[in-house]
Amino acid sequence: MRRLLDIEFHKFRHSKSSKVLTIIYLVIVVLLMLAGLIRININNFSGGLSDLGIFNFPIVWHISTYFTSYLKIFIAIVIVSLTASEYSNRTLKQNLIDGLSKKELILSKVYLSGLLALAVTIIVFIAALILGIIYSDYNEIQIIFSELYFFPVFFLSHFVLFCFCLFAGILVKRSAFALGFLGVWWIVEGILNLIARWFDWKYDLNSLEWFSHILPFNAISNLIKNPAGRIDIIESTVNQVDDNLLDLSYNVDWQDVVSVSIWCFLFIYWSYAILKRRDL
Amino acid sequence: MTLIVVVHYNQKNVTVETILEINNLSKNYAALKAVDNVSFKINKGHVYGILGPNGSGKSTTLGMVLNVVNPTSGSYSWFEGTTSNHEALKRIGAIIERPNFYPSMSAVQNLELVCKIKEIPTDKIQEKLELVDLIERQHSPFKNYSLGMKQRLAIASALLNDPEILILDEPTNGLDPQGIRKIRDIIQQIALSGTTILLASHLLDEVEKVCSHVVVLRRGKMLYSGPVDEMNSNHGIIHCDANDRTGLLEFLKTQPYVVSIKEEVEGIKVKLSQPVETSLVNATAYKAGITLSFLMHKKQSLEDQFIELTSKN
Repeated sequence: MRRLLDIEFHKFRHSKSSKVLTIIYLVIVVLLMLAGLIRININNFSGGLSDLGIFNFPIVWHISTYFTSYLKIFIAIVIVSLTASEYSNRTLKQNLIDGLSKKELILSKVYLSGLLALAVTIIVFIAALILGIIYSDYNEIQIIFSELYFFPVFFLSHFVLFCFCLFAGILVKRSAFALGFLGVWWIVEGILNLIARWFDWKYDLNSLEWFSHILPFNAISNLIKNPAGRIDIIESTVNQVDDNLLDLSYNVDWQDVVSVSIWCFLFIYWSYAILKRRDL
Repeated sequence: MTLIVVVHYNQKNVTVETILEINNLSKNYAALKAVDNVSFKINKGHVYGILGPNGSGKSTTLGMVLNVVNPTSGSYSWFEGTTSNHEALKRIGAIIERPNFYPSMSAVQNLELVCKIKEIPTDKIQEKLELVDLIERQHSPFKNYSLGMKQRLAIASALLNDPEILILDEPTNGLDPQGIRKIRDIIQQIALSGTTILLASHLLDEVEKVCSHVVVLRRGKMLYSGPVDEMNSNHGIIHCDANDRTGLLEFLKTQPYVVSIKEEVEGIKVKLSQPVETSLVNATAYKAGITLSFLMHKKQSLEDQFIELTSKN
């Protein structure tokens, strides 16, 4: 495992796109940390973002993982381009000739995906911890270390997306088309959701919820739910309008965790199966 | 015409180590039979050539034994089947069609990666870069290299593990004359060091210069496999000339070793039916009253043999 990680990390380290996007990622995370300084003005409330209580433990865990989740798209692009360029540069072929087996090749990429997901999780954890320590109103150890389950889930949501990217790169072979494939897939899920919504409305079914657990992008984005309901100011604002507008459940659904785990396995397995069958 | 130099290594060893054995290997692409029932064996210490026109299945055959193309049927085994295929590949060095490296990495970084894959120490990198004359550019990114430099880096990469067999697929393809010469010199140097080489090419003079054994493919079928000089059963040609050409012609017609005689501007070409010493030809001709002005024994060129073989079948 160490050898495979070493090989894959060597490729990652010396690739230009990875450097650029890693820097972008870190810069954005730092900028988000500075968000506490932003002054806002909603509904007769005026003050810094930190005064909203969003940096209180343990809500800060939820808020930070939710918002930084969107940044995984940057790393996803790196993974797609690293994988697909192995085809266009024919280095995949050369790796196999040099003595890497097809299984090792897929595993090395899976390991790197895992490592990146882990690294991002740790970075976000540290950033959130710092934010919390600075701004949180509660500083009891017990409260600080509650609701940490957002981080394993955060890790999982990254890892499964990276595996999806790996699969797309292996399947489509060209990075632009592979990204296109992911985009099309995302749109397809959106359309399926709309259709499901229409069916639910017409025939009084519950298919949308079903879809939201089954489809990979749906499940990934449902893993960590929108924390808006937990922010006091927004909650009170919305409740003034309509008591039931906001879905207040923000727990992690076990169905989503199971679903993305299965997808994760499938993406890795399919990548291997495709590579095994294909003549390079 | 060039004289064929056939390099023979010591064949007296009773137990010859087999490096690669291919049994009835076939590959079909839909209806096309790219490789059709090819079998041959590669023994240690020889230099093998795979000959065949473009599209005859050379690269596909190599792709199959290098684990990148899945065979339709048949089998192959490396090192007498003692290791798994991808473990065996760590002991060989191969370059195929065109050099494949990571464009933004330098020569050294690319070679470091190969070392990691092959699980070997990185201390040979400098030595091999020196061998292929890339020391000065070792830190510039691969994408800035000329094709010749890329090809030389590929050779350095293939030699990193001091391979038990070096596989080269069209190593001079697309290079300029200087580049071709450079690569050829390197190959000859490696061949002389006793490394087993498998060289696929459609350039016959390239193969002719280094190979002792050839495998001839045409449209996926194997036409011949064996030593170069036994490809066609013939004993070469004698070129001779004398001031008295008609006398020489009369004399040659009576000799037992003559198959056919062809008169050309620059002399007479005699095809032989059996091996014959040129000194004997000279002596008997002198006895018959003919003074030869020119006499040379020539083996049939690989090109002639190849054309003869491929047109026969």
